Amino acid sequence: MNILACIKRVPATGGVIALTADEQELDTRFLGFTVSPHEECAVEEALRLKEAHGGSVLVLSLGPEAAQDQLRDTLAMGADDVLLLETDGREWDAAATAGALVAAVKAEPAPFDLLLFGNESADAGGYQVPVRVAHLLGLPCLTGVKSLTVTGRTATAKREMPGGWEVYEVELPAVISVKEGINLPRYPSIPGRLKAKRKAIRRLQPAWPGSQLEKLKFQLPPRVERQVEILGEGPAAAPKVVALLKQIGVG
Amino acid sequence: MVLVFVEHDRGQLNKLSREALTFGRQLAGRLGAPLQAVWAGPAAAPAADLGAYGVAALHVAQSDQLADYAPAAWAQCVAALMAELQPAVVLAAGTDRGNEVLAHVAARAGLPLAANCTAVEPGEAYTVTRLRWGGSLLEQARLSGAVKLLTVAPQAVAAAPAETAAVPTVRAFTPELSAADLRVRVVRREETGAGKVSLAEARVVVGGGRGVGSAEGFQSLEELAGLLGGVVGCSRAVTSLGWRPHAEQIGQTGNRITADLYIACGVSGAIQHWVGCKGAKVVLAVNTDREAPIVTQAHYAVIGDLHQVLPAITAELKKARGG
Ligand SMILES: Cc1cc2nc3c(=O)[nH]c(=O)nc-3n(C[C@H](O)[C@H](O)[C@H](O)COP(=O)(O)OP(=O)(O)OC[C@H]3O[C@@H](n4cnc5c(N)ncnc54)[C@H](O)[C@@H]3O)c2cc1C
Ligand SMILES: Nc1ncnc2c1ncn2[C@@H]1O[C@H](COP(=O)(O)O)[C@@H](O)[C@H]1O
Repeated sequence: MNILACIKRVPATGGVIALTADEQELDTRFLGFTVSPHEECAVEEALRLKEAHGGSVLVLSLGPEAAQDQLRDTLAMGADDVLLLETDGREWDAAATAGALVAAVKAEPAPFDLLLFGNESADAGGYQVPVRVAHLLGLPCLTGVKSLTVTGRTATAKREMPGGWEVYEVELPAVISVKEGINLPRYPSIPGRLKAKRKAIRRLQPAWPGSQLEKLKFQLPPRVERQVEILGEGPAAAPKVVALLKQIGVG
Repeated sequence: MVLVFVEHDRGQLNKLSREALTFGRQLAGRLGAPLQAVWAGPAAAPAADLGAYGVAALHVAQSDQLADYAPAAWAQCVAALMAELQPAVVLAAGTDRGNEVLAHVAARAGLPLAANCTAVEPGEAYTVTRLRWGGSLLEQARLSGAVKLLTVAPQAVAAAPAETAAVPTVRAFTPELSAADLRVRVVRREETGAGKVSLAEARVVVGGGRGVGSAEGFQSLEELAGLLGGVVGCSRAVTSLGWRPHAEQIGQTGNRITADLYIACGVSGAIQHWVGCKGAKVVLAVNTDREAPIVTQAHYAVIGDLHQVLPAITAELKKARGG
C-alpha cells in the first residue's frame, strides 16, 4: 500500500498562551514545536498499515523551513520518505493548503491508496483540509475516524457517536482523517533518529495563491478573574472539601 | 436570506442545532433577511419546533438514501439548494457533522468556510470571530465569498426560541445524488455505551493526570467518583502512558465536560487540558504544586499529595453519610 500522511508544525503551548505585540502570532520565544496529536496518530496508523500490508509511507507538510524537524521525527518513527512544501512562514488558509497538497500528490510518481490526515489541525482548527483534498482528487472522504482496518481494497472505519460507534465502509483509494485514540503512537528509536538525521529532505516551494479566509488578528479569550480559595493542605483539608461537596449538592 | 443546515440524528434535533438556529436567527435579524432551513430526510422534519426558532421556510430534501448519515450526500442537498436560492449565508452547528457537511459544501462551491465562529460582523466581507487552538485562542478573520459559509461554535449563543414563533412553509425537494455522493455512509451502528453516563454529560468528573503515578493509582479516583455518582476523566499524559483509555481524555483532542464539579487530581492544567474542563461550574484542584496553572485557575484547591488527600476525602464523606 502506498500511503500518505499530512502533518502541520505548530507551537507546543504550556499553561498560558501569549501573543506578540501586534497580535498577529503566538509568542513562541519560549516554546517548542510539535504537531497535532491527531496527526501523530495518522502517521502511526500509516506505519501500522504498511507493516501489515507492505508498501511505503510518505509524510507531507506545508510550512516553514523549520517544519523539517517534525518531518524528521516521522522518519525516525519509520516513514520511508518526507516532502516539505516550504512557505515563508505566513499562514495559508485551508483552500490554499489543500491546493498545494494536491499539486504535490499529483506530482509524485505513484498514486496513493490511502491519504491520512488529522481530524483538525491544532492551531487553525479549520476542519476542512482533508475534505477539500478529497474533492480535488475526486476521492471519497471519511473524517473523525477512531478505528480503521483495511481488507483487500476495502477500508472499514469507525467513528464515535454518543453511546457507541458508527461504522463506515469505503473502497480505496480514499482520504481518511483520524482522531487521537485510534492508536498509541510509537516513540522514535535511536537508530531511527540517527537515520533520520542523515536523510536529505526533499523540498518544493509552492507559490502563495492568496487567501479567502484571512486572519486579521488574534485575541485572547476573556480571562476569568478569580482568586482560588485554598481549602487546606494535605488530608487535613478533607472536612472542608466535604462541606464544599454538600454546598454544591453532590455530597 | 440566512440558510441553516439543521443537523439531526434520525429526526432528533440536538442542543447544538438549536444553538445554530438561534445564531442564524440573530444574524438574519441584523441583515433584515428571512431565516430558512434545510433538512435531509426521510425522517419527518419537526416543522413546528423549527418554526418556534423562527424558521420561515423549510426545505426538506427527501430521499431514502439519506436515512443514515452520509456526509457528501447531505452536503449535496445543501449545495443544490444554495445554488438555487442564493442565500447570503449558509451556516451549521460546529459539530463533527456540521463542520464536515459544510466543508464538503465549501469544497464543491469553491468557497471559504469559517469553522467554529462565536460572532459575525456582516459587511461586503464578513468579519468573523472564531475559535482556534480548540478554544484557547480567538481569531478575527475576514471571510469573503459570494455566499458566506460558517459553523457556529458550541455555546457561542444559548439556544432560545424566537419571541414570536413562525409557521414555516414546507417545501420538499428531491436532491440529485450521484453514486459518488453515496460512497461514504453509515453502514451500521454499534451501541456500546447504553445506560452509561458519558463524560460530556456527567455532573461530577474526577480527573487524574500524570501525578496519579500509575494505572493502579486511579483506584482512589474511581472510588471517589463512585461515591459522588460521577465518572473518571484524565489528561493526555495519562492516555499516552496507556493508564486509561482515550475515551476518558479531557481537553482539546478529547472531551469537553460541562459538569457541576470537576476534581482535577495531579493535573497541571496545560491550556489544551483547560479548554476541555473550563465548562465545569466548579473546579477543585488537588495538587502538590501551589503554582500549577490548574491551581491558579481553579475555584478551590487542596495543596498536597493526592494519594493522601483523596482517601481522606472518601473517608470523611463516608463518615458524614453515617457509613
Ligand atoms: C495540540 C495539543 C493538544 C493537546 N490535547 C490535550 C488534551 O486534549 N488533553 C490534555 O490533557 N492534554 C492535551 N495536550 C497535552 C498538554 O499540553 C499537557 O502535556 C498535558 O495535559 C499534561 O498532562 P498532566 O497535567 O497530566 O501532566 P503534567 O503536566 O506532568 O502534570 C502533572 C501534575 O501533577 C502534579 N503532581 C505530581 N505528583 C502529584 C501528587 N502525588 N499529588 C498531587 N499532584 C501531583 C504536578 O504538580 C503537576 O502539576 C495537548 C497538547 C498539544 C500540543
Ligand atoms: N500546512 C499543512 N501541511 C500538511 N497538512 C496539513 C496542513 N494543514 C492542515 N493539514 C492537514 O489537514 C488536517 C486538518 O486541518 P484543518 O482543516 O486545518 O483543521 C490536519 O490535521 C493535517 O493533517
